[in-house]
This record gives sequence, structure tokens and C-alpha cells, in this order.
Amino acid sequence: MSVLLAFLRKETYHILRDRRTLVIALAMPLIQVLLFGFAIRTEVEEVRLAVVDPAPDHATLEIRARLASTGLFRTVAVLPTSAPLERLFQRGDARAAVVFEPGFAGRLGRGEPARVLLVSDATEPNQGSRIQAYALNVIRGYERELGAAGRGVRIVPEVRMRFNPTLESSNLFVPGLVAMILTIVSAMMTAVSLTREKETGTMEVLLVSPLRPWQIIAGKVLPYLVLGFLNVLTALAAAAAVFGVPMRGSLLLFLAESTLFILTSLALGILISTRTDSQRVATMGALVGLMMPTMVLSGFIFPLESLPGWLRPLTNVVPARWFVLIARGIMLKGVGLAYLWEETLVLLGMTLLLLGVGTKRFKIRLR
Amino acid sequence: MRTVLFLIRKEYLQVFRDRAMLFLIFFLPAVQLLLLSSAATFEMRNARMHVVDRDGSPVSRELVARMAASGRFEVAARSASLELANRDLLARRVSLVLHIPPDFEHTLVRERVAPVQLLVDAENGAAAGVMQSYAASILNAYAADLGVELHPEVGGVREGGAPPPPAPGRERIEVRTRGWFNPRLDYSDYMVPGILVLLVTLVGTLLSAMNIAREKELGTLEQLNVTPLTRSQFIAGKLLPFWILALVELTVGLSLARLVFDIPMRGSLLLVYAAAAVYLVAALGIGLWISTVTETQQQAIFVTYFILMIYMLMSGLFTPVESMPRWAQLFTLLNPVRHFIEIMRAVLVKGAGFAAIQTPFAILVAYAAAVLAIAVRQYRKTSA
Repeated sequence: MSVLLAFLRKETYHILRDRRTLVIALAMPLIQVLLFGFAIRTEVEEVRLAVVDPAPDHATLEIRARLASTGLFRTVAVLPTSAPLERLFQRGDARAAVVFEPGFAGRLGRGEPARVLLVSDATEPNQGSRIQAYALNVIRGYERELGAAGRGVRIVPEVRMRFNPTLESSNLFVPGLVAMILTIVSAMMTAVSLTREKETGTMEVLLVSPLRPWQIIAGKVLPYLVLGFLNVLTALAAAAAVFGVPMRGSLLLFLAESTLFILTSLALGILISTRTDSQRVATMGALVGLMMPTMVLSGFIFPLESLPGWLRPLTNVVPARWFVLIARGIMLKGVGLAYLWEETLVLLGMTLLLLGVGTKRFKIRLR
Repeated sequence: MRTVLFLIRKEYLQVFRDRAMLFLIFFLPAVQLLLLSSAATFEMRNARMHVVDRDGSPVSRELVARMAASGRFEVAARSASLELANRDLLARRVSLVLHIPPDFEHTLVRERVAPVQLLVDAENGAAAGVMQSYAASILNAYAADLGVELHPEVGGVREGGAPPPPAPGRERIEVRTRGWFNPRLDYSDYMVPGILVLLVTLVGTLLSAMNIAREKELGTLEQLNVTPLTRSQFIAGKLLPFWILALVELTVGLSLARLVFDIPMRGSLLLVYAAAAVYLVAALGIGLWISTVTETQQQAIFVTYFILMIYMLMSGLFTPVESMPRWAQLFTLLNPVRHFIEIMRAVLVKGAGFAAIQTPFAILVAYAAAVLAIAVRQYRKTSA
């Protein structure tokens, strides 16, 4: 045991002496939570609108004014013909357009159908259709006031957004961001610190020492567990203080689950390090292999429900996926282990499996 | 020039001697492009729904049937109690609850307006917003049909289809809608170019960022420093190998995009490559700059990782730049990835020509020049 303690001390010195890395490792997650927590939004906002109004009259001016007053649209151009629209859309200067026909008010007054065309940039499909829906709503509202739509019936959906009534983006992204940062930092740090010993040849020294293989691994990993835990605390503090992300469930449970998740990531790092002797390969593996999949397949940004069926089973092997569910469950829904035991068991199983394989693969002989 | 060629050859030998690197540089990104592009979508199908129908009338049953028939929602459970529904929502067994209050049909016929409640699991905001808008449009369409059925004399208000002749004196606006550039509303058209850019950037930046730091750590930089290489030759010899590698990777990715996802290529490919050539100088130059200012590979990796996260989340790849607060939008102007993704999407999907993309193109050129100058200045042959 005292051997292990001595080894742990050596590792801690290693980390503490590399001031630059230490500062980065502690400050970076905090900066990321702050930066991305503010910046990432999925709402549709400030749509640049081009208006094609060949013969403005009171009706078209009224509709234009109503569109502008929603706060969603910002009119960037009023054009007499629709010819320049394509250019505007290609340059990204406009993302939506309303095209009125000449004599719009006149036709309305005579009771003839007055035509208007709504164009949206559907490169991003949802945005495209949402913009259309908003604009349509505005025009329908106007029509209704003219007294044209008193007929027919309406079914009014009363929507309640449970657990996040204002659809606050930071409430959703902060738990995901924590998962993302923890996975990569923990896995990468472990993988690098283990392969570094191999690359610089000091692993040999460790192997001939009385340390057992699991002790070497434990000594390498424990300091990073502490570091990861500190990252969770700072990220959590920032989330609560700056973004007001709620913690409806038990803080203690959240910290315990985070520790489990850090362990999963560390185990992943150990496994990566057993596959290679070079830091370059190890980091490439950790970053290229983990960064994008964690972001896309964890439900952090894209709803998992929208994944095609054949792809959904694949997300089960992404550890962050389970942690995102747990974190959101505790923070937003306030549920406890009664609702989260399955996710917790999966993480636990993954950790044990990864640790087992990693330790077994850890070679004590040099080639 | 010959000296630079030697250096390039050395880099290739070093990279490819390790078989694992080949796997990481080509195979892994290709697989990710295929998988992640299919996963990166906000479109929802078969969202699981718990129905609490307390009316039980033909109208309410038809409403539920319409929701299910749309393919957007799937009735996963029915009950008469909101309590049970709520528990399903908490346990994530369903993503929304549709509650039809008693006397729904009655109210609808008598007052022409009747409410239904939708409880949406907003744990995931993007999905919640999408489900809400799907549900709203299904309800609207159903209401319009019902209007015709219940009050045939006045006719319903409905988008598309042949409009009934308007009654005299009644005003009516006919709205047609178009979604440009992506009539199939296919997410992969939007995502594949962006994800490809990111993967190429990821691999290229990492390789270049670790390169010089690695030579420093292994001590081989000293050997290079005593050769007659000039500073710009050195940087060129470090940049070119990865630049070529990244272009090859881009080509592989574009072929996959075309063959597997059938991504439209409306604009000129030449323009794409011209932009890529400039962009990669900037992106790899940033990697080299990181490499010159750090001492160990570990430090280099950390800085790279930080920058890559910014590349990824502040580029408009997954979430629109327009939705960001003003200061963040200005900040994204510093992100070369944002400009290149913009160019890729504009040229491939919208068929833009050079005139339409000259602003981001000019920014990239300026970026590349500045980064190269800095990297060359930063690199010192004499150690401090």
C-alpha cells in the first residue's frame, strides 16, 4: 500500500509541476461551459426577410408591418421583382421572402383570392418549415381580423413544456456539455499519460518496480479522477450561478453518478492506451474516435428519438448517452435512483468491462 | 525546393509506418461521416405518445387516429388518468401526452373552438419544439376538414388544395409556400458537407499540432535545427504533407457524400477545391502555430482540443449562427470553420458562384496569410 501511495505522490507531482497543463485542465471546462452555455441556441431568431412588393398598397404594407413587429423577422430588402431573390438567398443575405402580387388590396376588396408566396431557405429543413409556419400564422391572423375566417372550427392545442417550460437552451446544453467535456478530458488525459511513459521509456522503470500492474494503473488514474471531479464541481457551480440551471434532484446522487461516469471515461482511456505505444496514436484515437460521436450520438444536441431505427442500438455503446439521461433526469426532472437505476447499471457495467479488459491487456513485458 | 521534398517524404514515412495512423486518418473519419450524418437530424418520426381521451367521441377518436397516421406520433399507451400519463413521462416511456378533455366534441360543435392539452417532455428542447409544431399542423388540418364536415355552408380554411369559391364580400388570402434548395427536406443535404469539413479539420489540425511538439519531446527537432533548412522551408515542409493528406481525405469524403447520401453538387467543384486549398492552409497553420508554442504533446493536445470544441460548436454546423447572441455571432467570424462550412453549403447545396461567396473566401485568404506569417515568425531555430 505504501508503494502505491508513493507512486500516487509521484503522479500528483507530475500533474502539479506541469503548470500550463494544470491551468488548462482546470480552467478550460469552466470556460467552455460559460462560452457555449451562452452561445448555443436552437431557437429560430432574427430571420432576414426579403419583401417583393411590386405595387405596395395598404394591405401589403399592413402585412409587412405585422411581420416586422413579431420580432422574428428583420426586413433586409424590399424589391420590385423577385429576380434578385436567388442571389440574396445564395449569399445568405436573406433566409425568407414574401412575394405579393400586384393589386393585392384591390383583389382582397373585391373578394377575389389575393395571392402571396412565402419562400424560405430550407437548406436546414426544420428552420425552413418553422419560418414558413411563423409567417403563415401572421398572415392568417391578419386574414382572421378582416373577418374572413369566422367560419370553420379551431382546435387549440394548449401546450405545456414539462420540466423546462421556457425551453431554456442552457438547461439542456449544460448537462450535455458536462458529459462531453468529462468524456474527452478524462479519456484523453489517461491515455496520454500512460502512453507517454511508454514513449519516453520510463514505463520500463515502473514495470521493474514492486508495483503490481493494477497499482500502476490505479496510480495513473486516481489523480485524474480528482481532476475530473473538480471539473464537475466548477461546471456545476457555473451552471447554477450563471445560467440558473436547476438542480431539482439530489446533489449527492448527481456527484456520485458523475464520479461513476468519470471512472467510465478513465477506463476508456486505459483501454486506448493499451492499444498503442505512441501518444500521437492515443490522442488521435481519443479525439477522433470520441469527439464527434459523443456530440452527435449522446442526445446532447440531436434528439435520440429522431435517429433512424438501425442507428439507435449503436448509441447504447456511447457512455455519454447514459450520463446525459442521468444528468438531465436529476437536474431537470428531479427524479432519483428509482427512475435512473437502469442507466446507472449500464454505466457501472461498462466501467467494469472496460477496466477488466484494460487491466488484462496491460502488458507487463516489453517487446 | 528539393530540401522541402525530403522533409515531406520524411513526414509521410513517419506517419504511415504506424498502421494505426492509417486507420485513424482514413477509415475512422469515413465511418463517422456515414454514421453521424445519418444521426444528425432534427426530424422526428414515431414519437411515443400517451393518449388520455376523456371524451371518447367519434371526433376525438378520429383526432387520435390522425396523429398516429401522420407517422410523426405513435400511440404507445392509452389510459383515462393523467396521473399514469405523467408517470410515463417521468420514466421517459413516452415523449408526450395528448389529453382530450371531456365534452370535447360538444364544445367544438357548439362553440367552434375547443382545446386539447399537449404535455411535452421538454427535457430535450429541440425535440419538444419539433413535436409541438408537428402536432399543431396536424390539428389545424383536422380542424379545417372538420369545419367542412360540421358547417358545410361556410367551408374550411385550408392550405393547398382547391379553395372553395369565396363568398361575396369575404376577403381571402391564398398563400403558397416554397422551401428553396432542399425540396425533399432532407437533413443529410445540410449536415454531410458540414460534418465532412469538421472531420477533415479534426484530423488535419491534430496531426499538425502534435507534429513539432513531438519532435521537441523526442529531441529530433535539434537535428532539424542544425540542417541548412530556412524557417519558411521548415514550415512549408511541415505544412504540405498534411495539406495534401487533408485534400485527399476531403476527396474521399466528397465521393462518399455523392455516392451514399446523394448530396447535390449544384455549384462548381473547382470552387470547392479552391476554397478548401486556402482553408486548409489556415486550419493546418493554426495547428502548426500551436505546435510551436507548446513544449509537450500533452499541452499541444489540450490546446487543440479546446480550439476544436470552439470550431465545432461555434461554426453553425449543428446550431444556427443566427440564433446566437450578437457577441457570439461576432466571435464566430474568427472561426475559419464557419466560413468554410458556409462556402461548402452555398456552393454544393445552393449552387452559388464565386460572387456569392467572395466575403467568406476573402476572410479565409486573409486568415491563411496571417497564420502562415505568424507560424514562420514563431518558430525559432535557436532555443531560448
